[in-house]
Amino acid sequence: MSRRNDDPSTDAPTDNVSTDDPSMDASSTDSPVGNDAARRPRTDGGVDTGTDTGRGEALFADVDLGREHLKNRAFLAVIFAASMFGVLVLALLLLDVITDFYVGITEFEIGLVQFFTADGSRRPERAGFMGAIIASVMLMALTAVLSFFIGVGSAIYLEEYAPNTRVTRLIEANLANLAGVPSIVYGLLALAALVNGIGLGPILLAGSVALALLVMPIIIVSAQEALRAVPDGVRNGSYATGATKWQTIRRVVLPSAMPGILTGTILALARAIGETAPLLMIGAIFVNRTPSGPFDRFSGMPTQIYAWAAEPSQHFIHLAAVGIVVLLAILLSMNAVAVLMRNKYETEV
Amino acid sequence: MSTDTNPGPGITGDAAASDAKENNRRMRRVLFGCAAVTVLTTLAIFFVLIDNAVSYFFGARATEIALGASADRTVTFTQFLNVSELLAGEARWAPDHATPGHNAWPIIFGTLSITVGAAFVSIPIGTATALYISEYSSRSVRAKLKPTLEVLAGIPTIVYGYFAIAFINPVVLGPIAGLFGINIGRYSMLSGMLVVGFMTIPMVSSISEDAMQAVPDDLRNGAYALGATKYDVSLNVVIPAAISGIFASYILAVSRAIGETMAVTLAAGFNANVTANPFSEIMTMTSYMVSMARGTSAIGTVEYQSLFAVGLVLFCMTLTMNLLNDWFKRRFQEEYR
Repeated sequence: MSRRNDDPSTDAPTDNVSTDDPSMDASSTDSPVGNDAARRPRTDGGVDTGTDTGRGEALFADVDLGREHLKNRAFLAVIFAASMFGVLVLALLLLDVITDFYVGITEFEIGLVQFFTADGSRRPERAGFMGAIIASVMLMALTAVLSFFIGVGSAIYLEEYAPNTRVTRLIEANLANLAGVPSIVYGLLALAALVNGIGLGPILLAGSVALALLVMPIIIVSAQEALRAVPDGVRNGSYATGATKWQTIRRVVLPSAMPGILTGTILALARAIGETAPLLMIGAIFVNRTPSGPFDRFSGMPTQIYAWAAEPSQHFIHLAAVGIVVLLAILLSMNAVAVLMRNKYETEV
Repeated sequence: MSTDTNPGPGITGDAAASDAKENNRRMRRVLFGCAAVTVLTTLAIFFVLIDNAVSYFFGARATEIALGASADRTVTFTQFLNVSELLAGEARWAPDHATPGHNAWPIIFGTLSITVGAAFVSIPIGTATALYISEYSSRSVRAKLKPTLEVLAGIPTIVYGYFAIAFINPVVLGPIAGLFGINIGRYSMLSGMLVVGFMTIPMVSSISEDAMQAVPDDLRNGAYALGATKYDVSLNVVIPAAISGIFASYILAVSRAIGETMAVTLAAGFNANVTANPFSEIMTMTSYMVSMARGTSAIGTVEYQSLFAVGLVLFCMTLTMNLLNDWFKRRFQEEYR
């Protein structure tokens, strides 16, 4: 009872235990363990258990402290190992991709210059990634335009204007549900409504509409958080000068929420750039050339990677690894930009 | 937050003020339109899935039938979800085959087995990770562990698929299958389960951890005052108190696993088997949809129509999960707010 590894190990109680213990024969054997455990890294529980005295031992003399310690330490070992598992998976995944990238460049002689300047090809030694990169960049730009204004507009409505009615609650609940819809279903929607419904065909615009709808809930939720973070005093100050609600939002609230909104948008676009399933559903695969515009057929980076990874040839598999390195590098830089913006924003407020 | 403050004429000109008020009203309508887009998206998903799924069962889309097209029964619902065939081991899913099989159970089985297998990976590991971060870890460890898990969550699913097909299946599972004398193919059910489990660990851990952090310290202190150890507090106080939030995270992970596409497609393959052998290739609902999209499925073909029937089943499954998740979350919020 007296020792547990949650003790924030202030000096006094530890001393107390060690001086008391020798007199208590039931616990003298495991007191070093207890003191050792008390020094373990720990926790924010703010629990002060340093008030234990010898009297507790008598009350709980039947508690086998040695076993309790063993149980606690074993449990900590198990959950520590479990929490390192995710780290291990991430390390293995990155190691695997980088190894294959290296093997691809050395053994399969994938030239990086050609990789960045050639379009896709059925012949692995001629295949490049340029068409896919350009398609993905165009896809991103269109997705950003399509989702940003509507997303931020919805967030402004929900945070600033919406009365607390059933309609508002319906919109909010619907938003939560939309965020959980599998991405492939957005692909089906675009396939039936845009590609075949109004006859656009498998073009870049159809893909970006699917992606824009997919990331809309993410943008809305992050924009709502950014708007909520603007203190009410700022709004009231603006109202006091006689500004209308819209003037207040436009000139006061939005400028101070904008870094947060942009951070959320970049993170949402980083999610969109890696999405494969919706693009596959609308038929964005097996296109090897660079799209000429939003109305051209295309294959983005993830669909190109999928096409390569699904090939039985090892050469194609390693092309996929090189493509993944490029995709991850782009994702990493997008995330870095978002983090930098967030940090700058946090220091300002 | 009163919307329309009325400035006196002495401060601003009347004309300017009424212009601004008119503009405010107009913007309000525009912004409501933006918010309505999200509702329209949901309605459009429902409409498109049901409309096209009808064509799989009745030979014509719902809108076409409403406009007077003749409906002739192509596939019956009993055919589509025939349990007795499944139990007899004769269920076949091959709508595009010369002798078509229209029993969806093999691919539903595929989705469910991947989901259950993934849950066995992500739920214990995710919960333990959450417990460690919330109750045990020092601040510096937490500051490193949480962003690492966020990176894991941010990796595109296609990369996990690549990890499965290039590493887990050939390098990890191949030798294990060899011990049992099984020659593992390019794809296997087990690698699908593992890779989907890995990618859902961060979802379970981050949402569970939020729930554990929300448990008031008073409860922990009460238990400590009674002489409980950290183990007792973690398992018998924190977890029961956060259980609604923890369940919500499980449901979210399961929902994600059901709808997961690219990792499963590259890990588990395209063969609609009903099998208990973890090293054999299976097909999920999502990988069926991908296999159809890779082919040239033109409108009006049974392949195209079946996409939407399967999509509707998938959507209904994830919708149920999302509603359940919502219910758990609300219950949790009621408890501690």
